[in-house]
Amino acid sequence: MNGRARLTKMRAGTSLALSSVAQFDVTDFRRAILDAVAEGERIGALFAAEAPQSDAVDLYAILADDSQSVFRVGRSRLASDAYPSLTEECPQAHLFEREIAEQFGIRPEGHPWFKPVRFHRSYRAGRDAWGRSPNEPPVVGDTDYYRVQGDEVHEVAVGPVHAGVIEPGHFRFQCHGERVFHLEISLGYQHRGIERRLVGGPNKRTVHYMETAAGDTTVGHATAYCHNVEALAKSAVPIRAQALRGVALELERLANHTGDLGALAGDVGFLPTQSYCGRLRGDFLNLTAMLCGSRFGRGLIRPGGVAFDADGLRAEQMCERLNAAHRDVSDAVKLLWDSASVQARFEETGPVSRDVCDELGLVGPAARACGAARDVRQDFPSGIYRFAQIPIATWHTGDVFARAYVRWLEIERSIAFVREQLSSLPAGPTRQPVSDLAPEHLAVSLVEGWRGEVCHVALTDAQGRFARYKIVDPSFHNWTGLAMALRDQQISDFPLCNKSFNLSYCGYDL
Amino acid sequence: MNPSLYVFLHVLVAAAAPPLLLGVINKVKAGFAGRVGPPLLQPYYDLLKLMRKGSVFSTTTTWVFRAGPVVALATTLFAALLIPLAGPLAPVSFTGDLVLLAYLFGLGRFFTATAAMDTGSSFEGMGAAREVTFACLAEPAFFLGLVVLAKSAGSLRLADLLGVSLWANWTTAGAALALVLAGWFIVLLAENCRIPFDDPNTHLELTMIHEVMVLDHSGPALGMILYGAAVKLFVFAALLVRLALPVATGNPWTDWPLFLAGLLAVAVAVGVVESAMARLRLIHVPTLLVAACLLTGFGVVLIGR
Repeated sequence: MNGRARLTKMRAGTSLALSSVAQFDVTDFRRAILDAVAEGERIGALFAAEAPQSDAVDLYAILADDSQSVFRVGRSRLASDAYPSLTEECPQAHLFEREIAEQFGIRPEGHPWFKPVRFHRSYRAGRDAWGRSPNEPPVVGDTDYYRVQGDEVHEVAVGPVHAGVIEPGHFRFQCHGERVFHLEISLGYQHRGIERRLVGGPNKRTVHYMETAAGDTTVGHATAYCHNVEALAKSAVPIRAQALRGVALELERLANHTGDLGALAGDVGFLPTQSYCGRLRGDFLNLTAMLCGSRFGRGLIRPGGVAFDADGLRAEQMCERLNAAHRDVSDAVKLLWDSASVQARFEETGPVSRDVCDELGLVGPAARACGAARDVRQDFPSGIYRFAQIPIATWHTGDVFARAYVRWLEIERSIAFVREQLSSLPAGPTRQPVSDLAPEHLAVSLVEGWRGEVCHVALTDAQGRFARYKIVDPSFHNWTGLAMALRDQQISDFPLCNKSFNLSYCGYDL
Repeated sequence: MNPSLYVFLHVLVAAAAPPLLLGVINKVKAGFAGRVGPPLLQPYYDLLKLMRKGSVFSTTTTWVFRAGPVVALATTLFAALLIPLAGPLAPVSFTGDLVLLAYLFGLGRFFTATAAMDTGSSFEGMGAAREVTFACLAEPAFFLGLVVLAKSAGSLRLADLLGVSLWANWTTAGAALALVLAGWFIVLLAENCRIPFDDPNTHLELTMIHEVMVLDHSGPALGMILYGAAVKLFVFAALLVRLALPVATGNPWTDWPLFLAGLLAVAVAVGVVESAMARLRLIHVPTLLVAACLLTGFGVVLIGR
């Protein structure tokens, strides 16, 4: 029997009683995930949680069926601390399985590259998947790395401390001269233990943890969190608040995409676009500040709605500023496409094939640059995106140019969307009180942050508090894509490729 | 003009003017980017700041590492004495000095690259490999240009090559000299790590060529390296100016202003190139250097007919 059919279906923005989530034994659970992935579904989240009132651990799988706009959810109670790994047959599970092992000391047997993800102690004392000593804290980056042997092969290690003001991460290149055979990325330096701190919530701190899970995706993560709370409380959100959330999310996308295009220009030494986009990013951030007083949208998105309103005059002023920024950003970016020397650097640098993209389950602009029409705003519309559709922007070449060009296409789409929303904001309140969360329920929310799909999964206990809260930042899916993009490339092109993905370290490290 | 006064002026300009070129380039770039940019004299302030700082030396390095900046600076400063700037004379001049000029740069490069290897850092080794690879291609272009000049001037002294006889040669062999001018401008950009070859502003160690070799130097040693780099740019710019504008009227009131204006023009040209185009992919750098060799090579063909 097709295991996929047994998985429980659910729609975005809804919650589900835990008792109705399909329960499998490990073999069938594996089979169900593999079947679903073979049908073209993606792993949105794969995680473990302590079973209530027991020592056992449950595995949960959230599969995203983009074509049907449904999730398929399943779980399996593990009888032992090991299960047969999925990764050999389903590469997109590889990091999720390593994460499960690190958090709960559960070994995926046969995992081809079994290493810690963030180098922290197991959540369950004394159950370390690698048998590390419980007395000393794990040292971040202390593990074996992939090595290529040979006379002319050399290894270049970069980081965790970098020359620029960026987040810490360790990169190891196996090179033959200037050519990269393999890049291994090792992170974990920013691990703050967010998921653990969310257990027992929601409380006063929860929303702040969400807003800082990845600081540049404040609106994305806060929106995903609020969707979960609202689904668990079965509360509605006023339509005006939904529109303002959409505006904030698109402004966040605009600021970051513009900043990225400028930084890409900077990495190839093309000054005009670099300088102009650096300023224009600030203009978009200031638009968010006009809305809520914070350039990064902190304090705006709250369960039940939004904490700030944009009255008629303010919305009008925002529209004017948006139009001015639109003009400037068009000119600055046009220089980029018109300059042959820039195009020569962007084209055919760091290509990712569609096959690799699908195997790894890439998300966001990186996936759309490989030709995958994958966008949560279309595939799993929630909030305002159910009423105002944004067309998906894709490109087919999978290289740095494609990732830059998709960003530009999205900038244009987002500006049109924000303009439309601001000029016709629905009337009504901006916030409604949220009731208590339903006990023993599961809620899943997907939001298309500027970097890609932000996935949050909440499980509540018998008292309606979070028993487990899983955050999957788009970077978690995409870092491996960067490693693949570097294969057979010049090591000197790494900074450019890295910038074209522009992934989050803290969103991955949590 | 009194020769000793001329030598004094020559040394003064060669020692004091180089950082100004960097200041001008940065101003031009800022102008293109719509920024105010750093003050013109910022490179001087930076050098003064570095000279007052302490140094940190890795325990894995040897005397080679400390010798690198000293030799690099000494060779470029000496090279600046070999070229006539604004007059018929150079402070140091003898038959065959053009070979010395080329190999002074070679010596400086050898020590910079060896000092980089001395640190044992994989970045610096990578940078040294890139630097010498590209130098292998830039050197022939430079030499072929010298051949054109030597043949047209009928001498092996730089003071004659870049002397008043150039005026006549521009009319008889103008095409060959123009090719040399174009080829040498490319060599100037490559030798001085400017865009499109290298990005002097980048902080990305994996993409750098020259900068990555000097990552471990600090304080006065780094100051010497930066100053040496500025002098090197000055020397190449002076060569170009003398080639295009061989003024040696003997009247210092016309010669020096013309020469300095030429230097500024070169700095502005470098700034414009850096603003208008992106860096080349590293793998395509040799193509452009080969183009420089071809340009000067055709110059040789034209003049040898």
